Amino acid sequence: MASAMQAPLRPRPGRMLSTVLLLRPKLLLALLLLPPLLWLAVVYLGAMFALLVQSFFSIDEFTGLIERTFTLRTYAELLRPAHLDIILRTAAMAAAVTLASVLVAFPIAYYMARYATGRAKTVFYLAVMLPLWSSYLVRVYAWKLILAKEGIVTWLAAELGAGSWLDALLSVPVIGGTALSVSYVGTFTVFVYIWLPFMILPIQAALERVPQSIIEASADLGAPPHRTFRNVILPLAFPGVVAGSIFTFSLTLGDYIIPQIIGSSRLFLGQVVYIQQGTAGNIPMAAAFCVVPIIVMSIYLSVAKRLGAFDAL
Amino acid sequence: MDSAVRFRKVFLRYGSVVALDGIDLEIRSGEFFGILGPSGSGKTSCLRLIAGFDRPSDGMIELHGRAAAAVPPYDRDVNTVFQDYALFPHMTIEQNVAFGLMVKGVDRRERRIRVDEMLAMVRLEGLGERRPSQLSGGQRQRVALARALVNRPSVLLLDEPLGALDLKLRQQMQVELRLLQRALGITFIFVTHDQGEALSMSDRLAVFNRGRIEQVGTPEEIYERPSTRFAAEFVGDSNIVERRDPGVAAHERGVFSLRPEKVHLSTREPEFGEHAISVRGEVADVQFHGASVRYVVSLPDGESMTAVVGNLGSRAEAPAVEPGARVWLSWNSSDLHRLSESDSR
Repeated sequence: MASAMQAPLRPRPGRMLSTVLLLRPKLLLALLLLPPLLWLAVVYLGAMFALLVQSFFSIDEFTGLIERTFTLRTYAELLRPAHLDIILRTAAMAAAVTLASVLVAFPIAYYMARYATGRAKTVFYLAVMLPLWSSYLVRVYAWKLILAKEGIVTWLAAELGAGSWLDALLSVPVIGGTALSVSYVGTFTVFVYIWLPFMILPIQAALERVPQSIIEASADLGAPPHRTFRNVILPLAFPGVVAGSIFTFSLTLGDYIIPQIIGSSRLFLGQVVYIQQGTAGNIPMAAAFCVVPIIVMSIYLSVAKRLGAFDAL
Repeated sequence: MDSAVRFRKVFLRYGSVVALDGIDLEIRSGEFFGILGPSGSGKTSCLRLIAGFDRPSDGMIELHGRAAAAVPPYDRDVNTVFQDYALFPHMTIEQNVAFGLMVKGVDRRERRIRVDEMLAMVRLEGLGERRPSQLSGGQRQRVALARALVNRPSVLLLDEPLGALDLKLRQQMQVELRLLQRALGITFIFVTHDQGEALSMSDRLAVFNRGRIEQVGTPEEIYERPSTRFAAEFVGDSNIVERRDPGVAAHERGVFSLRPEKVHLSTREPEFGEHAISVRGEVADVQFHGASVRYVVSLPDGESMTAVVGNLGSRAEAPAVEPGARVWLSWNSSDLHRLSESDSR
C-alpha cells in the first residue's frame, strides 16, 4: 500500500493539463467563456450594431445608393400610416398567437409535468418535439393543403355538417377570406401550430419544478382545486408562460414565410423587411423595420417584469 | 376521551407494493401521538391517508367518528406540517400563513389579527414581509407550523418536521412543540424515524414496520415491555436473549429483550439473589458516550451482549475495563421481557 502511494505517477499530458486547470480555476473559466463571449460580442452584438447604424442612413431616391450620413428620415418614413398598419397588424397577430398558444399549451404541459410518467411522458416529449425534426417549409406547405378550399378541413366540416359554420367564420370581415388558406384565420392557425413546442416546453419545465407537496399543502389548507390552480399553480407556472410567450411573440413578429404562404396578401413585418432588403434594395428601411420588433419586445419584457414574471427566477 | 382518528383494517396498495397492511389504530382526541418506524414502514402513508391526499385501498378511516373516505383534503379539519415545509415560494411569510384563512373567506381584518397572533406565537414577528427563501431552516419550520395552526384544526399532522434541523435546534423545537400542543389542546400526530424523539415527545406511540403496527403504547410501555423483537431493537437498544437450553425451565424458555443499562458489568464474580443470571465474557469494544460508557462483550457461545454503564462519579468507581478484559455480566430475570415470536415474517 505505502509503496504504491509513494510511487510517482507517470506524468501524462492530459493529467498535467487537468492539474494546471484545477489549480487555476480562473484560467479554466476564461477558457470556457472566451469563445462564446467572442461569438456573442462580435457576431451577435456586432451585427445588431451594424443594423442600428444602417437604420440611421437613408437611400437616395434617384440613384438608389445609400447615403452614409446620419439622418432620421428613414424613421420618419417608417411612421407613415401604411407602415404603421403593418406594424400593428403584426403585433396584433403576435399577441393573438401567443394567447392561443398559452391556452393550447398549458393543459398539455400540465399533463406532461404532473401526470404523465414513464412511457407516456416519453411519447408526449416525442410528440411535442417531433415536428421540429422535419422541415419548417414542408410543414407550412402541408398546412396550405390542409387549409385549402379543396382541403381536408373544408371536406371534414362539410361531412360533419359544419360547413355553414366554416363559411360563417370565413365571411367575418378582416379575418375571413375565400378559403382558410388565404385568410388571417389560416395564418393564425399555422403560427400557433408551428410555435406550440416553444410554448409547451417552458411551461412544462416551470410546472415540473413545482413540488407535489406545495399543491397538497394548498389543498390541506382548505383550497379547492380551482383556488389551488389560481393561487398556487398559475403564479408558479407564470415564468414559464412568459418564457414561452417571448418565443412565440418574437418569432411571430419576425417571421416572413408563414404569412407569405398562408394568408391574405396583406403584409407582415418580416415580409416588409424581406422586400425592402431584397427586392427594393432599401437597406436603411429594412433596418428600421428590424428595429421595430426589438422595441416591441423591450416593451413586452418590461411589462412582463412589472407583472412579476421574473420574480421566481 | 373520544377518538380523533380511527383506522379500521386499512390497506394501502400501490400496484403490487403494499404500503399499509391492515392497520387498526385509534388516536385519541387531544393526545400527542407518535408514529415511529424506519423509512418505508408506512408511517408517512398513514399521515397521507389522514390528510386525505391518498385513499385507502381497503378498510375505513374515521375522523372524529365520521367516515372520511368521501371528504377531500380541503374539507377536512386537519392540517399538515410537511417534511419539506412546502411553503409557497411566491408568497411572503404573511401571505403563506394567511393562505388558509384567505381561501376560507375570513375577512381581511380578522385575517391580519390571527396571522400576527400566530407569527408572535412562533416568534417570527417582524418577518412577515420576507419570502420563504430568505429564512433559515428553523424559521421556515416555524412558518409551516404557523400556517397550519392558524386554521385552528382539530388534528395537526407533522411529517418528520424536525428532520432537516440541526441537533440543538431540534431539541429546542421538541420542547416548543410539546408546550404548544399542551397549550392548544389540539391532537398532534407526529411521524418520525428517530426513536429518541418519539419517546421524549409522544403521549402514546405506534411502532410501524413493513406496513404493520408492531406495538402501540406509552413510551414507557414500549421501552420497558417491548412486545416484538422489532420493537425491542428499533426503540432503544436491546440485547436479544434466547433461552432454549434444556437447563432452563420450560416456562422460562423463549426470546427475551434485555436493555443494556439493566446489564451489570463487573470484574469479579457477582453475588446476587436467586433471580440473578450471570455470564462470563471478554470485552470486545468500549465506546465512551460522555454520559455513559458502552461495553460490547463477546460471550462464550459466540453471541455478543451490550452493557451500558452510567458515567457516575469519578472514573475510579467505573470499572477500568479495556478491550480483552474478562468480565462478568449479570442481570435480574425480571428485566427480561418476553418477545412474541410470531414476527419472524
